[in-house]
Amino acid sequence: MSMFTMRGSFIDNLPKIYGLYTGGFIVFIGLMAVLEQLGLSADTIGILFVAFTIVIYAVIGWLSRTMQVDAYYVAGRQVPAVFNGMATAADWMSGASFVAMAGGIYMGGHAYLAFVVGWTGGYVLVAVLMAPYLRKFGCYTVPDFIGTRYGGNFARFCAVVVLVVASFTYVTAQINATGTIASRALAVPFEVGVWFGLLGIVLCSMLGGMRAVTWTQVAQYIVLIIAYLVPVIWMSNKQGFGFIPQFEYGSAVARLSELEVLQKVGELKPAQAVAGMSALTVPFANPGDSTLSAWRFATLVACMMLGTASLPHILMRYFTTPSVRAARQSVAWSLFFIFLLYFTAPALATLSKLQVLDPTLATSIIGKSIADVNALEWIQKWGNVGYLKIIDSNGDGILQVNEFFMRGDIVVLATPEIAGLPYVISGLVAAGGMAAAMSTADGLLLAIANALSHDLYYKMIDPKAETARRLIVARVLLLVIGVAGAAVASLRLTGILGAVAWAFDFACSGLFFPLVLGVWWKRANRPGAIAGMIAGFVAGSWYLYMVYNGLMAPWLGIDHIRFGIIGMAASLIAMVVVTLATKEPDAETQAMVDEIRIPKGDTYLSSTH
Amino acid sequence: MSISASDKERHWARTRSLMIVHLVIWFIFSFVVHWFAYNLNQFSFIHFPLGFYMAAQGSLIVFVVQLFVFVWQQDRIDRECGMAEEE
Repeated sequence: MSMFTMRGSFIDNLPKIYGLYTGGFIVFIGLMAVLEQLGLSADTIGILFVAFTIVIYAVIGWLSRTMQVDAYYVAGRQVPAVFNGMATAADWMSGASFVAMAGGIYMGGHAYLAFVVGWTGGYVLVAVLMAPYLRKFGCYTVPDFIGTRYGGNFARFCAVVVLVVASFTYVTAQINATGTIASRALAVPFEVGVWFGLLGIVLCSMLGGMRAVTWTQVAQYIVLIIAYLVPVIWMSNKQGFGFIPQFEYGSAVARLSELEVLQKVGELKPAQAVAGMSALTVPFANPGDSTLSAWRFATLVACMMLGTASLPHILMRYFTTPSVRAARQSVAWSLFFIFLLYFTAPALATLSKLQVLDPTLATSIIGKSIADVNALEWIQKWGNVGYLKIIDSNGDGILQVNEFFMRGDIVVLATPEIAGLPYVISGLVAAGGMAAAMSTADGLLLAIANALSHDLYYKMIDPKAETARRLIVARVLLLVIGVAGAAVASLRLTGILGAVAWAFDFACSGLFFPLVLGVWWKRANRPGAIAGMIAGFVAGSWYLYMVYNGLMAPWLGIDHIRFGIIGMAASLIAMVVVTLATKEPDAETQAMVDEIRIPKGDTYLSSTH
Repeated sequence: MSISASDKERHWARTRSLMIVHLVIWFIFSFVVHWFAYNLNQFSFIHFPLGFYMAAQGSLIVFVVQLFVFVWQQDRIDRECGMAEEE
């Protein structure tokens, strides 16, 4: 408590506080390992891991409660660059990154590395084109920038709509992920797990807004990165790829490619389709030699990168740093902390796939008798909940690559069991996945609620509202949106990775050009920005609707997860054409742009606007 | 202390050039390299097929290093043009 009332000393003591926290977490892991040896059941360990970490986050959220506007919206603008980097990394790395990405690479090979490249390189755009300028501007939300730069409530309103659609698509996927993990770890039905996950998320963000979300996200980053790295390093040591497998798994990739030839990967096709699952029939390190495969890689990278630079829950993290310079540094730190996980994901996918394919390893299943494989504990456990399936389509009693079906989502969660690691590692991974999904859901919920409370309610509906009233409205909205998200998530409409890619496409279709050109093109004006947002958003949504529902064949291989390409093209053309056809912005607006381009001086908007 | 218009212009011209340089590097490692992944896989780098390596790790390392260099360069531009924030 007192550490939060003495603000200055709290900031100075951050390294010590989070150092103690990290040490405490490691002690907790050790304690669980000892209890496992003493005979504590696997289920109890899972429950303790998830429950303990959620309680810690909730306590941080409660300690960070606030009734000040700038603390609620931008954490009082005093988050140091490195810590904001960690918070952004947690904000950024969602259930999809933690749970689904390695699984996507595992099943889909090289083509899925487009997510790895796209979700890191986008930060170059954030640092070079956006973050420092938005920080100098001094806005609370992304629509706040659009509304002030271009002027008028309608431009602000368009930005709010794009933000809400993109972020809501994303947040349902995250609540879905918390539900999946909570239901597995706590042994409750998925529908109950979803509401349990939501409770944790709301406890972290409701009382303290951005301030609470910031300090819980730092804590969540520490949990998720430990949880991701430990099993990979452990597995790598067991398989003889050294202590830093990220630099040494090259020979594992080569070994995998040799085995794939022997096991006829790419040659054997599944005899039947299994809904939601795939067989191991895609060659791992082969990008394909067609122009189409290169084009599909490039378009996915483009959508994910430009989407990164347009997603409000990420951009708003850079509003919390003490200076423009710190905002820039913070983007570099964010990417570094994200990199630690993302360059590990392909290593995890490779080593985990080798466990299953390499006949010289005790854990392999391909080429073994199906009766033996069906007797394995992890096969039974995940098979019972419908995440994997074995069909002996040629009836020879031996398992082949085209007879083993699984959902990519389970790779990260199941790897410790496949590799025969102690259960404490599975519990740790569950806690990490929960941290990843919760931290992203927190950031997204806050982005939506802040846009609705600040931009829609305060700026457009009731500009005279008192501070207390504004903050109560913000909290009520947060709760309402969270409940709506959980309700939609419990319907289980899409897989984790699909819905996440859509969020990036919506964001870049509607917001990328109005944001970038707002800083880099002084001539950009209100009608142009409005045209850009509407044209991009409508064209993108229309294309998604037509292609996803099979009403139209995709153009040039641009499928539903790449619809941002169509949206961005429409947005850029509309914005440039309409801007040039209408009057240039007034002198005051042009001066505003000049001012945000230099770091020196006060923010353009006052600190409590 | 007011800021002269020519200082501002000089600052923005240098900032813009820096932006272009970094976007060119970004473009090469985001798109160009991966366009040729199939051909790059003929070569091997620390036992990896090179095309796979660049997508799984090489481009990422370039982006991280690039950003720390960018921060340092932009800081220098801000200071030399008198546009840096007061500490």
